[in-house]
Amino acid sequence: MSSPSIMETLFQRTLEDLIKGFRLQLIGESAFISKAMEEIWKEIKSTNLQTKSIALQKLSYLGSLYFVDMSWSAFHCIECMSSPRFSQKRIGYVAVSQSFYDETPVLLLITNQLRKDLGNVNEFEAGLALDCLASIATVDLARDLTPNVFKLLGSSKIPLRKKAIGAILRVFEKYPDAVRVCFKRLVENLDSPDSRILSAVVGVFCELASRDPRSYLPLAPEFYRVLVDSKNNWVLIKILKIFAKLAALEPRVAKRIVEPVCEHMRRTGAKSLMFECIRTVVSSLSDYEAALKLAVSKIRELLGDEDANLKYLGLHALSVVARKQLWVVLENQEIVIKSLMDADANIRSESLRLVMAVISRSNVLDISRVLLSYGLKSDPGFCNEIIGSLLSACSHNLYEIVIDFDWYVSLLGEMSRIPHCQKGEEIKNQLIDIGMRVRDARSQLICVSRNLLIDPAFLGKPYLYGILCATAWVCGEYVEFSTNPTELVEALLQPRTSMLPPLIRAVYLQSVLKILIFCMYSHFQKWGSISFPSSHNLEGVLSESISKGTALESSDTLTSAQDDVFNPRKLRERIRLSFLLRRTDSVKSLLSNCCVIELALEPLLGTHEVEILERTRNVLGLIELIKQQIPDQLFPEEESLSREELEVWKLIRSMNDASCEELGPVSFTAQEKIRIPEGLVLEENLRELDLICGNLQPRSLSFFPQREERVDEWHDSEWRSREDLEPSNESMSLLVEHRKRHGLYYLPSSASNDYPLANDPRSGEHVPDETEDLVRLAAQSLAPKKKPNYSKPRPAVVRLDEGEATFPVVSNRSNSKYDLLSEVVHDVLQETNPMDKSSQKGKEKVRGDIPPGSKENLQDLVDPRREKLGSGKSKHRSHGKDRGHKIPQKVDGEKDENSERARKKGSHRHGRNKMRQRAEEQADLLAQTPDQIPDFLL
Amino acid sequence: MIHFVLLVSRQGKVRLTKWYSPYSQKERTKVIRELTGLILTRGLKLCNFVEWRGYKVVYKRYASLYFCMCIDQDDNELEVLEIIHHYVETLDRYFGSVCELDLIFNFHKAYYILDELLLAGELQEPSKKIVARLIAGQDSLVEAAKEEANSISNIIAQATK
Repeated sequence: MSSPSIMETLFQRTLEDLIKGFRLQLIGESAFISKAMEEIWKEIKSTNLQTKSIALQKLSYLGSLYFVDMSWSAFHCIECMSSPRFSQKRIGYVAVSQSFYDETPVLLLITNQLRKDLGNVNEFEAGLALDCLASIATVDLARDLTPNVFKLLGSSKIPLRKKAIGAILRVFEKYPDAVRVCFKRLVENLDSPDSRILSAVVGVFCELASRDPRSYLPLAPEFYRVLVDSKNNWVLIKILKIFAKLAALEPRVAKRIVEPVCEHMRRTGAKSLMFECIRTVVSSLSDYEAALKLAVSKIRELLGDEDANLKYLGLHALSVVARKQLWVVLENQEIVIKSLMDADANIRSESLRLVMAVISRSNVLDISRVLLSYGLKSDPGFCNEIIGSLLSACSHNLYEIVIDFDWYVSLLGEMSRIPHCQKGEEIKNQLIDIGMRVRDARSQLICVSRNLLIDPAFLGKPYLYGILCATAWVCGEYVEFSTNPTELVEALLQPRTSMLPPLIRAVYLQSVLKILIFCMYSHFQKWGSISFPSSHNLEGVLSESISKGTALESSDTLTSAQDDVFNPRKLRERIRLSFLLRRTDSVKSLLSNCCVIELALEPLLGTHEVEILERTRNVLGLIELIKQQIPDQLFPEEESLSREELEVWKLIRSMNDASCEELGPVSFTAQEKIRIPEGLVLEENLRELDLICGNLQPRSLSFFPQREERVDEWHDSEWRSREDLEPSNESMSLLVEHRKRHGLYYLPSSASNDYPLANDPRSGEHVPDETEDLVRLAAQSLAPKKKPNYSKPRPAVVRLDEGEATFPVVSNRSNSKYDLLSEVVHDVLQETNPMDKSSQKGKEKVRGDIPPGSKENLQDLVDPRREKLGSGKSKHRSHGKDRGHKIPQKVDGEKDENSERARKKGSHRHGRNKMRQRAEEQADLLAQTPDQIPDFLL
Repeated sequence: MIHFVLLVSRQGKVRLTKWYSPYSQKERTKVIRELTGLILTRGLKLCNFVEWRGYKVVYKRYASLYFCMCIDQDDNELEVLEIIHHYVETLDRYFGSVCELDLIFNFHKAYYILDELLLAGELQEPSKKIVARLIAGQDSLVEAAKEEANSISNIIAQATK
């Protein structure tokens, strides 16, 4: 031993020194850690194992509490591990199980050390090795050490055997073939009289069964015995978990265990066991009425408890029942509704989930009302949770539960008005979606949109911009349903819109353009029907007006036109006089509309945002065009008028045609349907595109269809000759007048920002304050109505042919490793059966302490092997369906089984690659033989 | 199964960590940051379960320490609460009315006790008495070794004088 290492040994800081130093340090945590690490770095290289192990201990302290990197110390860990002294060995083992991963390179070096320690006579050292194996076992380790673990499974030292049982779980997981060696001994431990062994082995089976319950059905008799005999709550909870899985698969197991489970539920004082019984009943035994009733009464006890934990679990159990038995929830609705106001967020969301579980066509109106009023009173987070779940519940499967779309659209509007509403994006999508899908909802949609657009307060809330964008689009697209387009234009152009981001503002302007086109179109349509009844135009006008569906107007024209034929001069005079007044009126309103738009848009001509600029110019160009025409038309000269007007009319008509083409939902597979033209070379990699259009940003307004761009272009060319107008004095005076009339839309001159809140809870009309009221309300709403009485039928919702809403479901392929494991378990169970049976018989003789009842049960209980031969085919089939794809190997018939096993024996020893190969083969097999499903239990 | 065990003080200081599922050091810090933010802010009378990344975290506060265990969705929460309590009682028995300082200075011992209690994420020893006995057995081994070491170092120290 060299002298520096002695010095190190003597003056080395121990872990305790380090911890004390940490508490006294003044240099800051990270500085202290790096200083300590320097020390450790030096000490750990020492040849003295004591010094090394203490350094390693310090390192593992820092590693586990301060997450210092430990990977570099792998080799030192192994050195400490192989120390002959227990204290050093233990430090080494702790460090290894803490810092080793599957990829750690020196992992291969520890195999021998582990093997040696597993065989150690000192039970503590062997225990350390098992602990370590349980946390770091890899495929290689598991394979190489299986024989040693197997030996320990039969050890006479209880603590060691227990640890071996715990460790076997990880070994099985990594190396499924270990099952062939160890499974029988593991099963034997189920008979152990020692409760600790039993607890460990049941824990292992619980874990195994949770991954693949079907493989463990043959062990049901053993489990059943434990269920009946054991008095240990830890064991019972685990065994109940196993049975919950098994009973769901096999009705006869369910029938068997109902009684004992209920017995436990009645008898036990431990809440944990009682809850497990409840969970087992509600999840797997809900077909047994008596058991379910008992469970429900226990759930009610839990719900009424003061303890938040029990309440939460009660609600949780209810939500499990709700999937099958809604009445249970209805019975407890009062508590559920009250829990919506609980102080605990977990309880609140659990009860929200419950309410969502019972929502249906008949009660969606009332439930939404109750929930929203709760949402208004609770904190923003939960409020958004409520809104979110309402939105997703209502939109589920193309608004399946919504019948009254007018109501739903108003509800969306109401939601947007809730302060802190963060679901703007979802509301936006639904507004647009409903607009496109539900024709009958459009007039209400326009109405709701108008109310949202017109409120200047919304423009100050960035999180609502998405909704505003949607409403603006709706107003433009479905303007024909509006009663007052002028109002919409004013709302879209109110001064506060300058606060919107440019892209949304562009949507606003586009909508203005569409509304303007619509106004003009309807104006000229009225006009056209009376203004050129000269004989050569007659047919054209007639068909025009009829086809456009202005019924009243056209019948007028018809009569006038017919009269016209007989007495042209006189009648024409009369009609012209009578309509001139009306026409002047509408022209005036059109003109004032145009003025409003012009005034609002002039300033935008200086903007730098291309989207805004382009649309502004489009609108202004159109107005300019119209203005040139209109003054003549007030006092038109007959001949020139009809020709001039026809030009404008044509223009407006084609623009209107372009914008009134209906938009529909697009299937998500639409693009796939386009056939790739021959000779087209599609590149896999589009990186080269970056060179060309790297600077372009993708447009985010994805719901604008192409056709509008086309309209703009077309219009632009018409508009080139436009001259810029100076804002005249006249328009200034108009502006002042406008301000006087619509002061609401203007910023106050004092520039204070005290806009009224969009939805002031205080001013809310119907927010019931009393919880009692809500509960009563909810009680009414939750109760199933006998005959929902609707004044009108549910409107048609556009649905595409193929299921558009069902996105390709990721196939539920279970892990091949688990497949492998269950396959082997299955094999082993088949092999060990006869032996098992004989040994069981022997054991039964010895075990005189079994109560006679349970013995009977034991014999009655389904023994899979015995009953397999006499199985009814029909039953067999009926179970085949839901079993599906889970465990392919098990699905082969018995003959296949044998040949399969023979083949497997050949390939048994070839390690990992072979195993992987087999997994693939399995997948193939699965694909080939999907319908051969033998059931060895029936 | 239990995926990991955490002991965190009220101030958010980590006192003990044990991982039964593979997490890298980086993930570990992230998990702890998330969970302390989630758990330490919860009020006293609220329930002891938190849903987190599709798992459930069961926690319980003893004096200034939070004991947290992360379990699967369908595990029994009350049972885990009992395991936590079981661990605390075992610690209490070992240290004699345990306090946070005991755990700070005897970090490794708390770790060994936990190892006797849980294995591969499952409860393996439901008896406090036996855990205490096992730990005592290990301690006596270590003590014996320490005495030996001390005597050797004494010899060396004398030799080098």
